[in-house]
Amino acid sequence: MPGHTTTETWIILGATSSMARALSRALAEQGHALLLAGRDTEDMKRLAADCDARGAAWAQAVAFDARKPATFTPLIEKLSEQEGMLNAAVFVGSMPEQSAIDEDPSLIDGTVTDSFTGPARFLQMMAPLIEARGGGTVVGIGSVAGDRGRVGNYVYGAAKAGFHTYLSGLRNRLGRSGAHVVTVKPGFVDTAMTWGIEGMFLVAPPEKVAQDILRAVERKKNVIYTPFFWRYIMLIIRSIPEPIFKKLSI
Amino acid sequence: MRWKSDTYSGWGRALSADGDLARPERISALKGLPPTPAFGARRSYGDACLNSDGRAIDMTRLDRILSFDPESGEVEAEAGVAVGELARIFAPQGWIPTVMPGTGFATVGGAIGMDVHGKNHHRDGAFGNHVKAIRLIHQGKAKTITPEKNAMLFKATLGGLGQTGLIVSARLQMTPIPGLAMKVRESRAGDLDEHLALLDASDAPYTVGWIDATAKGDALGRGIVEEGEHSGDLPPRDGKAKTVPADAPRFALSKPVVKAFNARYYNRIPEEGRTRLRTMSDFFFPLDRVLNWNRLYGKHGFHQFQCVVPTDAVETLRGMIDSVARSGLASPLAVLKRLGSQSAGFLSFPMEGYTLAVDFPNRARAQGLIRSLGEQTAQAGGRIYLAKDSLADGATIKAMYPDWTKWQAEADKADPERLLETDLIRRLDLRST
Ligand SMILES: Cc1cc2nc3c(=O)[nH]c(=O)nc-3n(C[C@H](O)[C@H](O)[C@H](O)COP(=O)(O)OP(=O)(O)OC[C@H]3O[C@@H](n4cnc5c(N)ncnc54)[C@H](O)[C@@H]3O)c2cc1C
Repeated sequence: MPGHTTTETWIILGATSSMARALSRALAEQGHALLLAGRDTEDMKRLAADCDARGAAWAQAVAFDARKPATFTPLIEKLSEQEGMLNAAVFVGSMPEQSAIDEDPSLIDGTVTDSFTGPARFLQMMAPLIEARGGGTVVGIGSVAGDRGRVGNYVYGAAKAGFHTYLSGLRNRLGRSGAHVVTVKPGFVDTAMTWGIEGMFLVAPPEKVAQDILRAVERKKNVIYTPFFWRYIMLIIRSIPEPIFKKLSI
Repeated sequence: MRWKSDTYSGWGRALSADGDLARPERISALKGLPPTPAFGARRSYGDACLNSDGRAIDMTRLDRILSFDPESGEVEAEAGVAVGELARIFAPQGWIPTVMPGTGFATVGGAIGMDVHGKNHHRDGAFGNHVKAIRLIHQGKAKTITPEKNAMLFKATLGGLGQTGLIVSARLQMTPIPGLAMKVRESRAGDLDEHLALLDASDAPYTVGWIDATAKGDALGRGIVEEGEHSGDLPPRDGKAKTVPADAPRFALSKPVVKAFNARYYNRIPEEGRTRLRTMSDFFFPLDRVLNWNRLYGKHGFHQFQCVVPTDAVETLRGMIDSVARSGLASPLAVLKRLGSQSAGFLSFPMEGYTLAVDFPNRARAQGLIRSLGEQTAQAGGRIYLAKDSLADGATIKAMYPDWTKWQAEADKADPERLLETDLIRRLDLRST
């Protein structure tokens, strides 16, 4: 496969999302082995077949539920059986409408588990494996929503902010053994999550995000915004003084 | 599944619809869905991919390859996979879809729904001739249909405009190729007779004529015939796709601009012709290099007229090209091709004859011309292609497709409440006897 001499194994958490699909395909075309993890096994089997046809060393659908830690152990075992570098890309997360959360605050627990503590717990279990191999990459999908709490989705934003901080700590840790962590902050991406939602602008196709991620992995970037201009949009949003920001509804 | 209220159109942008669209990403989203029209990449020009004041499913995210056999070249793909994507993925492994239309963005579902043809129709038939099985949601249940077991339903589905049910996936027979390049011979044809003679005489696997629809008099019907074959030689590099950023002003495709462009395009080929290597995407999908090129026609959009007339109707063809040339309305995009006799579905467009396709900006005068071209086609015993049409009337179309009643009966069985009707079906009243 072009540019790659050795096969690496990638586990994709939340593989049914369209961003995950785009990244899985790009990795398949580079000849890597893929563990596609998520809840909708029937659908992931179709993705696994797709990745196979595109040239993956192999691709397999495996069950993973961020809210069911019992599903983590078999995956960690499976990963430990693979030879070569181990990598992970985390796409899981959930974003209920803020109004639904206002009505039923218990939804916060699920949102935080899906978007932060579930994947963090999984990565915590996987970290020793990565360290033992002396390399590899973890890609964590955060969100621009995690850069500043906004009235529209601050619970999701808070969960993602937690995940950002976790990833930065993990980067600090794994760097010592030669592994790397990339934090990805996508802006608006054309996915099922944003389909038909009002107020979307400059919406990027998932394939564009996947390309940006691969480039960031190759160049060992720490934190990327995708598309890149979100870095500047968020710079502006973060620099608005709190007394003003608290009156805005953006 | 979330529904998005939107105004959307086909590729020609002359017609549009207000309606609700869903774009499922998982197969489970289709379960329990009431019958709803489905669209692919909306590369049909007119209203085949519109459902005004109703719902429609955008299938482009159900785009997985479900199986591939490198020995036999058989592939099973979800309906939303683009035909050009199949070529991109499998060409390096030695296979491409046997039939590819002039745009690689057309999806498997759309290629079946229109039973599309390619530059090899004279040899290999239409897309449907290479479909081995279709997974269809038929009368509320998913089932796999094959030409052997479900002959009538299969024929009603190929070219069937989505009226027999939602196409989930299909199994296709691909064609082996020796390499990634195309060896292409380009020859000048000085007038229509020479043009047709070159098309008739060609024994290349892929043949297509570009026609200078502005040329009149002695030069009427002049153009360039391209004959292609696969080659194992190293292809040149593919360029990067470009985008048309905004709707173009009206003069962009005005008469003098088109005339000058066509003359240059014609004269670029030396008198004695030339042979060169091209990439596959450059040969099969030349227009895909400019994304959104439909915006060149400005915000009013455009029409494509495409007909096929029997081979003995050369004088009709000459008359049609003459009226196009005299009108001064044609764009540089005009194609002449010989079609073979193979046809897969009841409503499939291809029949033995010459097919002419010409683009026109959407103006009142062009609409009048297109209507008269349609009448001439009907009189000559020819057909209008529904993938391109937005102006024909139902009686004319029904008369052009002799198996229309068989299709109608199958569609009626599949969808008795007519929930799958699209704007095109209603405009032409195709589901009523
Ligand atoms: C630049 C260009 C060049 C072209 N060249 C050619 C050519 O050389 N030969 C040719 O034959 N055509 C050609 N076409 C026309 C094009 O190939 C057809 O219109 C084709 O149907 C487009 O595919 P689509 O995925 O966009 O389908 P759409 O336009 O979205 O849909 C076409 C029809 O299929 C139905 N359909 C689509 N998907 C499904 C599904 N999953 N289930 C049920 N029904 C479905 C729709 O309801 C509709 O009736 C060209 C078009 C363009 C823009």
